[in-house]
Amino acid sequence: MSFNSTLAFGIAALLCCSDSATAAEFGRPATAEEIKAWNIDVAPDGTGLPDGQGDVARGRQVFEDNCSACHGAKGEGGFADRLAGGRGSLATDHPVKTVGSFWPYATTLFDYVRRAMPYPAPQTLSDDDTYAVVAYILNLNDIVPADAVLDRSSLPRVKMPNRDGLVPDREFSVITNSRQHQGRKP
Amino acid sequence: MRSPAQNGGRRLTRRGLLGGAAGLAGAAAGGSVKADSLLDVPPRGPGAPLSATSERSRYVHLARTPESTPGMRPVDPSVAINSKAPIDKLVGSITPTDLHYERSHSGVPDIDPAQHRLLVHGMVKQQLVFSMDDLRAMPTLSRVAFLECTGNGWENWKTASPDVTVQNTHGLISTNEWTGVPLSYVIDLIGVDPRSTWMLAEGGDGSAVARSIPLTDEIIAEGILAYGQNGEPLRPAHGFPLRLFLPGFEGNLNIKWLRRLKFGDRPFMTRWETARYTQLQADGHARQFQLRQDVNSVITSPSGMMQIRPGYNRITGLAWSGHGRIDRVEISTDGAKSWREAQLAGPKLPKAQTRFQADWVWDGKPTKIVSRSTDDKKQVQPDRAAFIARTGTNALFHYNAQQTWAIDQDGKVRNVLQ
Ligand code: HEC
Repeated sequence: MSFNSTLAFGIAALLCCSDSATAAEFGRPATAEEIKAWNIDVAPDGTGLPDGQGDVARGRQVFEDNCSACHGAKGEGGFADRLAGGRGSLATDHPVKTVGSFWPYATTLFDYVRRAMPYPAPQTLSDDDTYAVVAYILNLNDIVPADAVLDRSSLPRVKMPNRDGLVPDREFSVITNSRQHQGRKP
Repeated sequence: MRSPAQNGGRRLTRRGLLGGAAGLAGAAAGGSVKADSLLDVPPRGPGAPLSATSERSRYVHLARTPESTPGMRPVDPSVAINSKAPIDKLVGSITPTDLHYERSHSGVPDIDPAQHRLLVHGMVKQQLVFSMDDLRAMPTLSRVAFLECTGNGWENWKTASPDVTVQNTHGLISTNEWTGVPLSYVIDLIGVDPRSTWMLAEGGDGSAVARSIPLTDEIIAEGILAYGQNGEPLRPAHGFPLRLFLPGFEGNLNIKWLRRLKFGDRPFMTRWETARYTQLQADGHARQFQLRQDVNSVITSPSGMMQIRPGYNRITGLAWSGHGRIDRVEISTDGAKSWREAQLAGPKLPKAQTRFQADWVWDGKPTKIVSRSTDDKKQVQPDRAAFIARTGTNALFHYNAQQTWAIDQDGKVRNVLQ
């Protein structure tokens, strides 16, 4: 039997035996509280951003206390990635990809710092401190002024220099599948 | 058990006679003494006791190489960001589980499966929490397929170090059998809204690696929530107790230590699909969501840092494509001037590595050897000049140009650009 027919056979067998299974037999409902705790992603339109706020001055303190040991005093890089500078370098032979030169969305910076940094103790900064350190990194890149205060409404409005720099591949720029058509009312 | 010293006297004599014949290509584990006469083969005797798990022979030395960014090697494992499979020393097409390449963004978490949970939520009828027992009780599917880091080949974007092996240039690919719950089963079970077109998959590692997965028919049909690898539970390095497995798609999408699936109707724009794993083109724009691993191949023997002798040499290597099955591999032994078809040895599975081989008699003159693969979707592996003309040299990820090995008059094999 060829691999494809083995696969097809496997899938057919699966369909024939699984139609009696319902979600009730597997798993349990997630509570609203659980979803709130785990639902940490932040979308470019700001969906997922928490309450709270932070400014550049506070952010400098947060950065010096928690980040500069690895990323350099002004985000110039060290043991870990450079976070500032590099504007205008992307089309040269030595591109420098940083938050300022390359990241298309400021919301992604909040999302990433909240989920992954500081590297040794991720998800330990308060939401206020996360807004603050994001404001500081954006200020290091001359994207927000020194008196900027970021919160859930101002952060998604920050326009990143490389906002239009990423071009989705045609294969995955518009996603369609046969389930969409099944769901459509006649 | 007989100690090795018992035959020592005879070995020393033999070694003296054999002189400097070591170091040939394909001589897997050097150092053992030849037995040219059957009378030199050591006598039989009772062996070691049986054991609970079997170790490799002490004459076989196989290990991955932990590496950092391109050109930095070897590095201390504590600062490594990946660990490459020794594909120069492997045979067949399945990678031993402990040698499957490894890549992570915040180390390997130690997860007790009894405490592991998968949350499925977003555009679904029922937002549910599954335990590992729940998942293991669901119908299963197994699939032999390759997994490849998009950084595979990144050594050769700008320059070719002459002192690297094929493990350094192409060790970020492996092929295993993966077992788990079909993604389509879970999608039906929880009643995903048909308008949902993207799914966020998130790991339980320190950096909570998260990627947006496009819900195409292909991904829905072939995706696996995998808990098994080569017949046993996943190894921690590969996502124990649960990972996403998407045959043919870039390694980073195959989220390890999977603990959340969120269904939405647009990409989530995580750091790993914006700042990383996007391919900078020569004009300064970057390709985003270049998710499929393209058609690729490499000669693994003779390959970088090996040495061959004039006369008969068997060429062998591996080919693979995220588009489907490998249909054809051609090899050139004259620096891509002329090509002939290699034999495909062993199973030719879609989206799995396929072994190829060809006979070759080397005349002792300096030359270059190259392989080029074609898949069943008629995708042909590009030569380097065409590939670089199209892509530039800054993309960092998704390098699939033909690999050239140069052979000098002494038979030394070296990495070159083309
Ligand atoms: C112990 C060292 C360490 C500390 C402290 C640390 N980081 Fe990091 N950071 C890293 C490493 C390592 C990476 C790369 C991880 C990877 O490649 O996935 C990283 C990546 C990043 C990135 C992404 C860079 C890019 O271009 O993709 C950002 C932004 C960042 N860190 C911000 C911070 C902030 C803000 C703090 C303080 C709250 C911090 N880091 C503290 C080690 C550190």
